[in-house]
Amino acid sequence: MGPSSGSRRLLGVLSALVLVFVYAPLALVVVNSFNTSRSFAWPPDGFTTEWWVAAWHSQAARDAVWVSVQVAVVATAVALVLGTMAAMALSRYRFFGRDTVSLLIILPIALPGVVTGIALSNAFQTILDIPLGFLTLVIAHATFCIVTVFNNSIARLRRLGSSLEEASMDLGAGPVRTFATITFPMMRSALLAGALLSFALSFDEIIVTTFTAGAGIQTLPIWIFQNLFRPNQGPIVTVVAAVLILLSVVPIWLAQRLGGADEGITSSR
Amino acid sequence: MSGFLHRHPRLRLAGLLTPPMLWLGVAYLGALAALFITSLWTVDDFTGQVRIEWNLDNLKDVVTVPVYRAVTLRTLGVAALVTLIDALLAFPIALFMAKVASVRWQRILVIAVLTPLWASYLVKAYAWRAMFSSTGPIDWALAPFGMSGPGYGLPATVITLAYLWLPYMILPLYAGLERIPDSLLEASADLGAGPWLTIRRVVLPALFPALVAGSIFTFSLTMGDYIAVKIVGGTTQMLGNVVYDTFLTANNKPLAAAVSMIPVVVMLVYLALVRRTGALENV
Repeated sequence: MGPSSGSRRLLGVLSALVLVFVYAPLALVVVNSFNTSRSFAWPPDGFTTEWWVAAWHSQAARDAVWVSVQVAVVATAVALVLGTMAAMALSRYRFFGRDTVSLLIILPIALPGVVTGIALSNAFQTILDIPLGFLTLVIAHATFCIVTVFNNSIARLRRLGSSLEEASMDLGAGPVRTFATITFPMMRSALLAGALLSFALSFDEIIVTTFTAGAGIQTLPIWIFQNLFRPNQGPIVTVVAAVLILLSVVPIWLAQRLGGADEGITSSR
Repeated sequence: MSGFLHRHPRLRLAGLLTPPMLWLGVAYLGALAALFITSLWTVDDFTGQVRIEWNLDNLKDVVTVPVYRAVTLRTLGVAALVTLIDALLAFPIALFMAKVASVRWQRILVIAVLTPLWASYLVKAYAWRAMFSSTGPIDWALAPFGMSGPGYGLPATVITLAYLWLPYMILPLYAGLERIPDSLLEASADLGAGPWLTIRRVVLPALFPALVAGSIFTFSLTMGDYIAVKIVGGTTQMLGNVVYDTFLTANNKPLAAAVSMIPVVVMLVYLALVRRTGALENV
């Protein structure tokens, strides 16, 4: 749009303001985790590390983290297998109903979470008579995690093309061997990126979780939500929130280290 | 076995496609179908158990009872407003990232925009609870002017949801802007168009599919949210809350199933409308 420096500067200022809007609330949580006031009065009248110590010793929070990790690992493992299979089918074959299949894969995230949640909960309880618990929660999480693995895998498979695989098959390697020695090594960083996204999605999810976890299972988001409105737990919740904010740098850092894995994490290019 | 598969690519395809399709096509679609069927059943007044007694009462209630219409309209309004705010906020930064910033700054900004996407959804909603609190920074900043912030309610809900879904709008817009060649913008400038005219006549039309792709997220996520509303919305009721309360609190699964058909229908109509814009390839 022409080198008009005035409009460039205006865009720069607007962008900076958007970034302030994005980061100010997150910064507030981190500052508040050291706020001496239990009700987070602003500006803080003093700073303390008391809440951090209390949060470190909170057994309930620790247990919830562990449950969330377990759920996310299993759901990601399932999503990796199913998402990669679907991506290979759609990128390497032409068949009737391809569009329907790709629509079906994005459906769990295109439909509102509350719908997915009650649909699965209703199917488990009313139709199949399976009690809600770890199993039902993992099934629910895997359902919406498939799409993240799928997106990363299919982008990579499309870019790679199929000529190397064809060469391998022409030289006599079967489909399994071709996958193990040719396709998989070339997809590795894309799969890692997909797995990372899937893990984060599952670790963070609360809407579908509320409906499919049942009463016995407490993931970290559920624990946070249950303690959010309790004044005496407020400071501990704030510390946990601050930790989660600081930890969100880790996947970005990993993506930078991985270099090639930037399809899904650091850019949509 | 391997040799057999080698000679039969259709079998390979079937082998690849069957497990994901059993999961998504049979289990997930089956659950959605079962949800619809459940909406045609009823609940036993005494036991609270779902009773198989076919009727259209729940669906009829959802269409005719005024409160559902009011909540649906409110939710649609919030979704539209959130989408508009996100588009307005996302456009300048996406444009700056794609067309003005140097390669180095482009990388830094992409990371700056993406990092909050990895921060927990719940934490971000919680952060706005602290922002809007009566002892929080918004009221503190406005106090010298004799004003106070909006507190917890509908405006807080709109701002928080717009905040939560903002990266989902920035990323498709940025990708869409990247695809517009610089030469096109230069041509427009050479032909005498100022920056605003170029944006209006060249950039925005080319960006439309990306905008729609972003709006699928902002719309769907708003239609299904009830957590953020509970955290910052005060007594505000959205469709998600009604479904939640009916399903878990009132334990009336058939009625909840019927109410949940509203967001499903809205999203299906929306997806059908935008299919022709090519936006789905941008998701």
